[in-house]
Amino acid sequence: MSIGLLGRKIGMTSVYDARGRLCPVTVIAASDNVLLRRLTTENDGYSAVRVGFDSQNESRVNKPLLGEFKKAGVEPKRFVREFRLDADAPEGEINLNVTQFQAGDYVDVIGRSKGKGFQGVMKKHNFAGQGAAHGSKTHRRIGAVGNRSTPGRIWKNMGMPGHLGDRRVTVQNLQVMQVREAEKMILVSGAVPGANGSYVIIRPAIKNPAGRIKLHQEHSKQSQAAMKAPVAKKPEPATEAEAQKR
Amino acid sequence: MSVRPQRTARYELMNQVIDAIEKEQQKADTNTFKVGDSVRVHTRVVEGDKERIQIFTGVVIGRKGRGLNETFTVRRISYGEGVERVFPLHSPRIAKIEVEQEGRARRARLNYLRTRKGKEASAVRE
Repeated sequence: MSIGLLGRKIGMTSVYDARGRLCPVTVIAASDNVLLRRLTTENDGYSAVRVGFDSQNESRVNKPLLGEFKKAGVEPKRFVREFRLDADAPEGEINLNVTQFQAGDYVDVIGRSKGKGFQGVMKKHNFAGQGAAHGSKTHRRIGAVGNRSTPGRIWKNMGMPGHLGDRRVTVQNLQVMQVREAEKMILVSGAVPGANGSYVIIRPAIKNPAGRIKLHQEHSKQSQAAMKAPVAKKPEPATEAEAQKR
Repeated sequence: MSVRPQRTARYELMNQVIDAIEKEQQKADTNTFKVGDSVRVHTRVVEGDKERIQIFTGVVIGRKGRGLNETFTVRRISYGEGVERVFPLHSPRIAKIEVEQEGRARRARLNYLRTRKGKEASAVRE
Protein backbone atom coordinates (compact mmCIF):
# COMPACT_ATOMS: atom_id res chain seq x y z
CA MET A 1 0.00 0.00 0.00
CA SER A 2 1.28 3.41 -0.83
CA ILE A 3 1.38 6.00 1.92
CA GLY A 4 3.02 9.05 0.41
CA LEU A 5 6.37 10.61 -0.32
CA LEU A 6 8.23 13.82 0.32
CA GLY A 7 10.25 15.15 -2.57
CA ARG A 8 11.84 18.02 -4.33
CA LYS A 9 10.54 19.39 -7.61
CA ILE A 10 13.37 19.16 -10.12
CA GLY A 11 11.68 20.61 -13.17
CA MET A 12 9.58 19.81 -16.17
CA THR A 13 10.30 17.91 -19.36
CA SER A 14 8.37 15.50 -21.55
CA VAL A 15 8.42 11.74 -22.10
CA TYR A 16 6.90 9.42 -24.66
CA ASP A 17 4.26 7.17 -23.16
CA ALA A 18 3.49 3.56 -24.13
CA ARG A 19 1.32 4.72 -27.03
CA GLY A 20 4.04 6.94 -28.44
CA ARG A 21 2.50 10.23 -27.36
CA LEU A 22 4.71 12.97 -25.98
CA CYS A 23 3.45 13.84 -22.49
CA PRO A 24 4.51 16.76 -20.28
CA VAL A 25 5.89 15.57 -16.96
CA THR A 26 7.31 17.00 -13.75
CA VAL A 27 10.37 15.28 -12.33
CA ILE A 28 10.28 14.88 -8.56
CA ALA A 29 13.32 13.62 -6.64
CA ALA A 30 12.16 11.66 -3.60
CA SER A 31 15.41 10.25 -2.31
CA ASP A 32 15.84 9.04 1.25
CA ASN A 33 12.52 9.53 2.90
CA VAL A 34 13.30 8.65 6.50
CA LEU A 35 10.84 7.30 9.01
CA LEU A 36 11.15 9.39 12.17
CA ARG A 37 8.38 7.96 14.27
CA ARG A 38 5.26 5.89 14.09
CA LEU A 39 2.36 7.67 15.76
CA THR A 40 -0.22 5.44 17.34
CA THR A 41 -3.75 5.91 18.56
CA GLU A 42 -2.75 5.06 22.13
CA ASN A 43 0.16 7.47 22.33
CA ASP A 44 -0.84 10.28 20.00
CA GLY A 45 -4.57 9.96 19.48
CA TYR A 46 -4.23 9.07 15.80
CA SER A 47 -2.30 6.70 13.61
CA ALA A 48 0.34 8.13 11.27
CA VAL A 49 3.98 8.07 10.24
CA ARG A 50 6.28 11.05 10.62
CA VAL A 51 8.67 11.30 7.70
CA GLY A 52 11.74 13.47 7.14
CA PHE A 53 13.39 14.54 3.90
CA ASP A 54 16.57 16.42 2.93
CA SER A 55 19.37 16.72 5.49
CA GLN A 56 20.49 19.92 7.15
CA ASN A 57 22.79 21.27 9.86
CA GLU A 58 22.17 20.29 13.43
CA SER A 59 22.41 23.94 14.48
CA ARG A 60 19.41 24.84 12.36
CA VAL A 61 17.00 22.51 14.14
CA ASN A 62 15.19 23.32 17.37
CA LYS A 63 15.66 21.08 20.36
CA PRO A 64 12.35 19.19 20.35
CA LEU A 65 12.87 18.19 16.73
CA LEU A 66 16.53 17.40 17.33
CA GLY A 67 15.49 14.96 20.03
CA GLU A 68 13.19 13.29 17.56
CA PHE A 69 15.96 12.94 14.98
CA LYS A 70 18.37 11.56 17.58
CA LYS A 71 15.81 9.04 18.76
CA ALA A 72 15.27 7.87 15.21
CA GLY A 73 19.04 7.79 14.74
CA VAL A 74 19.07 9.96 11.62
CA GLU A 75 20.57 13.24 10.49
CA PRO A 76 18.47 16.35 11.09
CA LYS A 77 15.98 16.87 8.28
CA ARG A 78 14.65 20.04 6.71
CA PHE A 79 11.26 18.87 5.62
CA VAL A 80 9.17 16.91 8.10
CA ARG A 81 5.60 15.87 7.45
CA GLU A 82 3.15 13.22 8.58
CA PHE A 83 1.10 10.76 6.58
CA ARG A 84 -2.04 9.42 8.20
CA LEU A 85 -2.53 5.67 8.39
CA ASP A 86 -5.63 3.63 8.99
CA ALA A 87 -6.22 3.05 12.68
CA ASP A 88 -5.88 -0.67 12.17
CA ALA A 89 -2.77 -0.45 9.98
CA PRO A 90 -0.50 -3.41 10.67
CA GLU A 91 2.80 -2.99 12.44
CA GLY A 92 6.04 -3.56 10.63
CA GLU A 93 8.05 -2.21 7.76
CA ILE A 94 6.73 0.80 5.95
CA ASN A 95 7.82 1.36 2.38
CA LEU A 96 9.00 4.94 2.03
CA ASN A 97 10.70 4.35 -1.29
CA VAL A 98 9.57 5.54 -4.70
CA THR A 99 8.60 1.94 -5.41
CA GLN A 100 5.39 2.40 -3.42
CA PHE A 101 4.06 4.04 -6.59
CA GLN A 102 3.88 2.42 -10.01
CA ALA A 103 3.57 3.88 -13.46
CA GLY A 104 -0.14 4.40 -14.12
CA ASP A 105 -1.07 5.19 -10.51
CA TYR A 106 -2.84 8.43 -9.74
CA VAL A 107 -1.44 10.81 -7.14
CA ASP A 108 -2.14 14.19 -5.59
CA VAL A 109 0.80 16.56 -5.35
CA ILE A 110 0.91 19.30 -2.73
CA GLY A 111 3.32 22.20 -2.93
CA ARG A 112 3.74 25.86 -2.14
CA SER A 113 2.89 27.95 -5.18
CA LYS A 114 5.20 30.64 -6.52
CA GLY A 115 4.57 34.01 -4.87
CA LYS A 116 3.25 36.63 -7.28
CA GLY A 117 3.08 39.57 -4.84
CA PHE A 118 0.23 42.08 -4.76
CA GLN A 119 -1.76 41.55 -7.92
CA GLY A 120 -4.81 43.16 -9.50
CA VAL A 121 -8.11 41.48 -10.12
CA MET A 122 -7.43 40.65 -13.77
CA LYS A 123 -4.52 38.40 -12.89
CA LYS A 124 -5.81 37.25 -9.54
CA HIS A 125 -9.47 36.54 -10.29
CA ASN A 126 -9.60 36.52 -14.10
CA PHE A 127 -11.81 39.60 -14.26
CA ALA A 128 -12.34 40.99 -17.75
CA GLY A 129 -11.18 44.56 -17.08
CA GLN A 130 -12.29 47.45 -19.24
CA GLY A 131 -11.68 48.48 -22.80
CA ALA A 132 -8.14 49.20 -23.89
CA ALA A 133 -9.15 51.86 -26.43
CA HIS A 134 -12.22 53.76 -27.73
CA GLY A 135 -11.74 56.48 -25.15
CA SER A 136 -11.84 54.15 -22.18
CA LYS A 137 -9.95 55.71 -19.29
CA THR A 138 -10.01 52.67 -17.04
CA HIS A 139 -8.27 49.52 -18.18
CA ARG A 140 -7.48 46.96 -15.51
CA ARG A 141 -9.62 48.12 -12.59
CA ILE A 142 -12.09 46.10 -10.59
CA GLY A 143 -15.24 47.94 -11.82
CA ALA A 144 -18.50 47.73 -9.92
CA VAL A 145 -18.32 45.68 -6.74
CA GLY A 146 -21.91 45.48 -5.61
CA ASN A 147 -25.54 46.54 -5.72
CA ARG A 148 -27.37 49.62 -4.36
CA SER A 149 -28.98 50.18 -0.95
CA THR A 150 -30.08 46.55 -0.98
CA PRO A 151 -28.02 44.87 0.38
CA GLY A 152 -26.02 48.07 1.01
CA ARG A 153 -22.80 46.13 1.41
CA ILE A 154 -20.40 44.13 -0.67
CA TRP A 155 -21.14 40.45 -1.00
CA LYS A 156 -18.84 38.01 0.66
CA ASN A 157 -16.16 36.48 -1.55
CA MET A 158 -16.14 39.45 -3.93
CA GLY A 159 -12.83 39.28 -5.77
CA MET A 160 -10.46 42.05 -4.67
CA PRO A 161 -6.85 42.87 -5.44
CA GLY A 162 -4.31 41.46 -3.04
CA HIS A 163 -1.56 38.95 -2.52
CA LEU A 164 -1.43 36.10 -5.00
CA GLY A 165 0.46 32.85 -4.74
CA ASP A 166 2.84 31.58 -2.05
CA ARG A 167 0.23 29.35 -0.51
CA ARG A 168 -0.35 25.64 -0.19
CA VAL A 169 -1.81 24.24 -3.39
CA THR A 170 -2.92 20.68 -4.09
CA VAL A 171 -3.10 19.35 -7.63
CA GLN A 172 -5.25 16.26 -7.77
CA ASN A 173 -5.27 13.20 -9.98
CA LEU A 174 -1.90 13.41 -11.69
CA GLN A 175 -0.79 10.19 -13.29
CA VAL A 176 2.55 8.63 -12.48
CA MET A 177 4.34 8.25 -15.81
CA GLN A 178 7.59 6.66 -14.68
CA VAL A 179 9.18 5.48 -11.46
CA ARG A 180 12.97 5.48 -11.52
CA GLU A 181 14.05 3.29 -8.69
CA ALA A 182 17.80 3.68 -9.18
CA GLU A 183 17.69 7.48 -9.18
CA LYS A 184 14.81 7.57 -6.66
CA MET A 185 12.78 9.79 -8.90
CA ILE A 186 9.19 9.86 -9.91
CA LEU A 187 7.80 11.41 -13.08
CA VAL A 188 4.30 12.81 -12.75
CA SER A 189 2.14 13.97 -15.63
CA GLY A 190 1.49 17.70 -15.89
CA ALA A 191 2.51 20.61 -13.73
CA VAL A 192 3.09 20.73 -10.00
CA PRO A 193 2.83 23.83 -7.78
CA GLY A 194 5.96 25.70 -6.74
CA ALA A 195 9.32 26.70 -8.09
CA ASN A 196 11.95 24.22 -9.20
CA GLY A 197 13.80 23.03 -6.12
CA SER A 198 10.85 23.49 -3.77
CA TYR A 199 9.47 20.73 -1.57
CA VAL A 200 6.39 18.78 -2.53
CA ILE A 201 4.27 16.09 -0.93
CA ILE A 202 3.05 13.19 -3.07
CA ARG A 203 0.15 11.14 -1.82
CA PRO A 204 -2.15 8.57 -3.43
CA ALA A 205 -5.07 10.32 -5.12
CA ILE A 206 -7.91 10.58 -2.62
CA LYS A 207 -10.54 10.73 -5.36
CA ASN A 208 -9.37 7.41 -6.83
CA PRO A 209 -9.73 8.28 -10.54
CA ALA A 210 -8.38 4.85 -11.53
CA GLY A 211 -11.42 3.25 -9.96
CA ARG A 212 -13.77 5.68 -11.65
CA ILE A 213 -12.12 5.25 -15.05
CA LYS A 214 -12.45 1.48 -14.71
CA LEU A 215 -16.12 1.80 -13.82
CA HIS A 216 -16.69 4.07 -16.79
CA GLN A 217 -14.93 1.67 -19.16
CA GLU A 218 -16.97 -1.26 -17.92
CA HIS A 219 -20.14 0.75 -18.32
CA SER A 220 -19.32 1.79 -21.88
CA LYS A 221 -18.40 -1.80 -22.74
CA GLN A 222 -21.75 -2.96 -21.47
CA SER A 223 -23.65 -0.34 -23.41
CA GLN A 224 -21.66 -1.15 -26.55
CA ALA A 225 -22.42 -4.82 -26.13
CA ALA A 226 -26.09 -3.97 -25.70
CA MET A 227 -26.05 -1.95 -28.91
CA LYS A 228 -24.39 -4.77 -30.84
CA ALA A 229 -26.79 -7.41 -29.56
CA PRO A 230 -29.56 -8.30 -32.06
CA VAL A 231 -32.73 -6.36 -31.45
CA ALA A 232 -35.51 -8.62 -30.26
CA LYS A 233 -38.22 -8.91 -32.90
CA LYS A 234 -41.57 -7.43 -32.08
CA PRO A 235 -44.18 -10.12 -31.68
CA GLU A 236 -46.57 -10.18 -34.63
CA PRO A 237 -49.86 -8.55 -33.83
CA ALA A 238 -52.47 -11.02 -32.83
CA THR A 239 -54.90 -11.72 -35.58
CA GLU A 240 -57.86 -10.72 -33.47
CA ALA A 241 -56.47 -7.28 -32.76
CA GLU A 242 -55.79 -6.82 -36.45
CA ALA A 243 -59.26 -7.86 -37.28
CA GLN A 244 -60.64 -5.33 -34.86
CA LYS A 245 -58.62 -2.56 -36.44
CA ARG A 246 -60.04 -3.36 -39.83
CA MET B 1 19.20 39.93 -8.19
CA SER B 2 22.14 38.03 -6.81
CA VAL B 3 21.89 34.28 -6.47
CA ARG B 4 23.72 32.45 -3.78
CA PRO B 5 26.43 30.24 -5.28
CA GLN B 6 25.22 27.16 -3.44
CA ARG B 7 21.84 27.44 -5.05
CA THR B 8 23.18 27.79 -8.58
CA ALA B 9 25.16 24.60 -8.11
CA ARG B 10 22.00 22.82 -7.11
CA TYR B 11 20.06 24.12 -10.09
CA GLU B 12 22.85 22.97 -12.38
CA LEU B 13 22.52 19.49 -10.93
CA MET B 14 18.78 19.57 -11.43
CA ASN B 15 19.21 20.61 -15.05
CA GLN B 16 21.59 17.71 -15.57
CA VAL B 17 18.90 15.34 -14.36
CA ILE B 18 16.40 16.77 -16.87
CA ASP B 19 18.99 16.57 -19.66
CA ALA B 20 19.70 12.93 -18.86
CA ILE B 21 16.01 12.03 -18.99
CA GLU B 22 15.63 13.76 -22.33
CA LYS B 23 18.78 12.27 -23.77
CA GLU B 24 17.83 8.68 -23.12
CA GLN B 25 14.69 9.15 -25.20
CA GLN B 26 16.50 10.62 -28.17
CA LYS B 27 17.43 8.53 -31.15
CA ALA B 28 21.08 8.20 -32.00
CA ASP B 29 21.08 8.76 -35.73
CA THR B 30 19.07 11.81 -36.56
CA ASN B 31 21.31 13.31 -39.20
CA THR B 32 20.51 10.78 -41.90
CA PHE B 33 18.48 13.27 -43.93
CA LYS B 34 18.63 16.96 -44.77
CA VAL B 35 16.20 19.66 -45.68
CA GLY B 36 15.35 19.25 -49.35
CA ASP B 37 15.63 15.47 -49.40
CA SER B 38 12.78 13.34 -50.66
CA VAL B 39 12.07 10.88 -47.88
CA ARG B 40 9.85 7.96 -47.04
CA VAL B 41 8.76 8.14 -43.40
CA HIS B 42 7.68 4.80 -41.98
CA THR B 43 5.19 5.44 -39.19
CA ARG B 44 3.72 2.88 -36.88
CA VAL B 45 -0.07 3.02 -36.89
CA VAL B 46 -2.02 1.18 -34.22
CA GLU B 47 -5.46 -0.03 -35.22
CA GLY B 48 -7.20 -1.89 -32.46
CA ASP B 49 -4.69 -4.53 -31.37
CA LYS B 50 -2.78 -4.61 -34.63
CA GLU B 51 0.16 -2.47 -35.56
CA ARG B 52 1.12 -1.74 -39.12
CA ILE B 53 3.52 0.52 -40.95
CA GLN B 54 2.25 3.45 -42.94
CA ILE B 55 4.55 5.30 -45.29
CA PHE B 56 4.42 9.04 -45.91
CA THR B 57 6.48 10.16 -48.89
CA GLY B 58 7.47 13.72 -49.61
CA VAL B 59 10.04 16.49 -49.45
CA VAL B 60 11.49 17.62 -46.13
CA ILE B 61 10.79 21.34 -46.06
CA GLY B 62 12.14 22.16 -42.62
CA ARG B 63 13.46 21.06 -39.29
CA LYS B 64 12.43 22.86 -36.13
CA GLY B 65 13.21 22.82 -32.43
CA ARG B 66 16.08 21.10 -30.73
CA GLY B 67 16.78 18.18 -28.47
CA LEU B 68 13.83 16.00 -27.67
CA ASN B 69 11.44 18.54 -29.16
CA GLU B 70 12.89 18.57 -32.65
CA THR B 71 10.37 18.10 -35.44
CA PHE B 72 10.53 17.96 -39.21
CA THR B 73 7.93 18.81 -41.83
CA VAL B 74 7.33 16.66 -44.89
CA ARG B 75 5.35 18.05 -47.82
CA ARG B 76 3.82 16.09 -50.66
CA ILE B 77 1.26 16.66 -53.38
CA SER B 78 -1.58 14.24 -52.85
CA TYR B 79 -4.28 14.13 -55.58
CA GLY B 80 -3.35 17.66 -56.61
CA GLU B 81 -3.58 18.98 -53.06
CA GLY B 82 -0.56 19.95 -50.99
CA VAL B 83 -0.30 17.97 -47.73
CA GLU B 84 2.16 18.68 -44.96
CA ARG B 85 2.84 16.48 -41.99
CA VAL B 86 4.94 17.41 -38.99
CA PHE B 87 6.75 14.51 -37.31
CA PRO B 88 8.50 14.60 -33.95
CA LEU B 89 12.01 13.48 -34.85
CA HIS B 90 12.46 11.26 -31.80
CA SER B 91 8.99 9.75 -31.74
CA PRO B 92 8.91 5.99 -31.21
CA ARG B 93 6.07 5.90 -33.73
CA ILE B 94 8.55 6.64 -36.50
CA ALA B 95 10.08 3.33 -37.42
CA LYS B 96 12.43 4.47 -40.15
CA ILE B 97 13.24 7.42 -42.37
CA GLU B 98 14.48 6.47 -45.85
CA VAL B 99 16.07 9.01 -48.15
CA GLU B 100 14.72 8.46 -51.66
CA GLN B 101 16.60 11.23 -53.33
CA GLU B 102 18.97 13.82 -51.97
CA GLY B 103 18.01 17.39 -52.66
CA ARG B 104 20.18 20.45 -52.94
CA ALA B 105 18.49 23.08 -50.83
CA ARG B 106 20.13 26.43 -50.28
CA ARG B 107 17.96 27.49 -47.41
CA ALA B 108 16.80 25.98 -44.13
CA ARG B 109 13.06 26.27 -44.75
CA LEU B 110 11.58 25.48 -48.13
CA ASN B 111 8.32 27.32 -47.56
CA TYR B 112 8.49 28.68 -51.12
CA LEU B 113 7.42 25.25 -52.36
CA ARG B 114 3.95 26.03 -51.06
CA THR B 115 3.35 28.65 -53.74
CA ARG B 116 4.69 26.50 -56.54
CA LYS B 117 2.54 24.47 -58.84
CA GLY B 118 2.96 21.40 -60.99
CA LYS B 119 6.30 19.75 -61.47
CA GLU B 120 8.23 22.53 -59.78
CA ALA B 121 6.41 22.00 -56.49
CA SER B 122 7.99 18.65 -55.69
CA ALA B 123 11.49 19.05 -57.07
CA VAL B 124 14.25 20.86 -55.22
CA ARG B 125 16.82 22.25 -57.59
CA GLU B 126 18.24 25.65 -57.09
